[in-house]
Amino acid sequence: MSSAFKPEVTAFCCRYAVYSFAEDMEALARAGFPDGVKVEQISCSGRVDVVRLLKALENGADGVYVVGCEEEKCHNMAGSQRAKKRVEYIKDVLSQLGMEPERVEMFFMPRGDEARFIEMAREMTGKVMALGPSPLRGR
Amino acid sequence: MIVAERKPIKEIISMISGLRKILVLGCKGCVTVCSAGGEREVEILAAIIRMDRKKKGEPVEVVERTLVRQCDPEYLDLLSDTIGQFDAVLSMACGVGVNFLADRYPKTVVLPALNTKFYGVAEEQGVWSERCAGCGDCILDRTGGLCPVARCSKGLFNGPCGGSVNGKCEINPDIPCVWQLIYDRLKDLNQLDKLDEILPAKDWGVSPHGGPRKIVREDLKI
Amino acid sequence: MKSGSNLEKVLTGGQFAVTAECGPPKGTSAEAVKRKGEMLKSCCDALNVTDNQTAIVRMSSISGCVLLKGLGVDPVMQMVVRDRNRIAIQSDILGAVALGIRNMLCLSGDHQKFGNHPSAKGVYDIDSIQLIQTVKRMRDEKKFLNGEDISGEVPLFIGAAANPFADPFEFRVRRLAKKIKAGVDFIQTQAIFDMERFLRWMAMARDEGLHEKAYILAGVIPIKSAGMARYMAKNVAGITVPKEIVNRMTGAKDAKEEGIKIALEIIEQVRAIKGVHGVHIMAVAWEDIVPVIVERAGLMPRPTL
Repeated sequence: MSSAFKPEVTAFCCRYAVYSFAEDMEALARAGFPDGVKVEQISCSGRVDVVRLLKALENGADGVYVVGCEEEKCHNMAGSQRAKKRVEYIKDVLSQLGMEPERVEMFFMPRGDEARFIEMAREMTGKVMALGPSPLRGR
Repeated sequence: MIVAERKPIKEIISMISGLRKILVLGCKGCVTVCSAGGEREVEILAAIIRMDRKKKGEPVEVVERTLVRQCDPEYLDLLSDTIGQFDAVLSMACGVGVNFLADRYPKTVVLPALNTKFYGVAEEQGVWSERCAGCGDCILDRTGGLCPVARCSKGLFNGPCGGSVNGKCEINPDIPCVWQLIYDRLKDLNQLDKLDEILPAKDWGVSPHGGPRKIVREDLKI
Repeated sequence: MKSGSNLEKVLTGGQFAVTAECGPPKGTSAEAVKRKGEMLKSCCDALNVTDNQTAIVRMSSISGCVLLKGLGVDPVMQMVVRDRNRIAIQSDILGAVALGIRNMLCLSGDHQKFGNHPSAKGVYDIDSIQLIQTVKRMRDEKKFLNGEDISGEVPLFIGAAANPFADPFEFRVRRLAKKIKAGVDFIQTQAIFDMERFLRWMAMARDEGLHEKAYILAGVIPIKSAGMARYMAKNVAGITVPKEIVNRMTGAKDAKEEGIKIALEIIEQVRAIKGVHGVHIMAVAWEDIVPVIVERAGLMPRPTL
């Protein structure tokens, strides 16, 4: 099964952190960004709300992650710290539903660090690969 | 306000087990203010329920709705046309709302999604604490405006017990000893002599211990 | 005489009183109570029987008192307001008097959260001061709290606790005054280790003339081990154990002997304080040391009245 499994992952990314490179997805892919990761830009990671994360999972995403500014250097003060708390909330929900809390993660990155951005996507894809498909997938 | 918090997801899931069509019903009153059962929380809980059923491969239809209040008949009446189609209403109001729904719709299964906690305040973002116990006979004029019925772990009326240490309650160092607070405040107000008076045994007959309470205001009745 | 109890006689007779404590068993053994009673009866004037102390279910105080009474001990029935409402309290008082109990200690009680049934509903219908008022009214006016008449006498010597080591310190004497105003005859204090603070509290009590309105018995807990000293210092709200005492216990070759010495020093010091009318020795799980301490403190033999 795992050989045929292609993880579908949604990344909610702080526009401020990624705008310098994330407009050109083709270039990103050439640089090694894994396919299967859908990037959704948001004005600030602090704007991502619990419902949006839950709905991505509900709609069958195998993994979801949020990318925000480094904790102490958030463009909007505490936006990425708030995002982290929401990710923790979703982790708790997943555990209570008997799903793997690792299907949702929070990442912090320095503004414009494309290499780190790609690395995170690969890390998340790898993690989800190991977990296997979401139990909600295709249902 | 009335402060509540959502029940553990597992408890809610088991409560609605086997039900196919559920109305998740929020309230725009107190529970919206304390982020337990407003529009947003309805949306979250509905998504959680759908995820659970998807995972189990059990179909469910979850309808989301939030009323202005669940403690006034005029708003509950808005449900009269549609409520019959649901297997259950999962109310995200406080216990008052759940009760009133059950009173109003005798043929509908009504379930609580929240645990109703207390009459309290928002100390800061994300922190609520109790201030009033609804005992029915307010004594705050005697205690500097701070309530020992609601805020003393033993509900003492005549000063702190022997467990008050450094301003904290013996049962939990995170809980302030309200009698220390009362003492400090009356001292600041130059009213310490109020504490020398012995407050007599309280009339609990006007509290919940006296049976369910009711107020009738003839001047307001139509 | 308000009650005619031995304790009342000793105190009104101007003698320095000795009381001790008997914790009833977590079970049904009358022998367990009697063993402690036999051990302690000759070295104290009255023996307190605790009422579900630390909110752990034990044999009731009232039945422990009756068992002690059978041995010729003068029991002090402790009663907490945590577990009974005013109906049960007054009913138990009537029964206690009928069974020959003549002393009663009115307490709030440790919060149920500390005990072995932490999910219990705490009653706290009335507080300890209102309990004192209730008993006094029953005794002096022969009336229940609601004003109805009681048939028969309610001869009880009324006690209460006082804790000079809790906060706010300045309120502690005011609270003692309230208890006296409510009708208390004797006071048993929390265990004293911080003598400086106790002296200040007693001085404030004397300034108010309170030492002449109630008999104050100073609380003494013999410390059995360094671990116990550290535990009390750290974990027991409302008990202050100064560092020097913890150090003495820790440094001692014979910890038990050191504990006895500390208790004897405290007894000697409190005997010299004007307004202290006796000692109340609470040897928790170390009851057999009480006769030794009382003997070595020079408080034997106890008066027979």
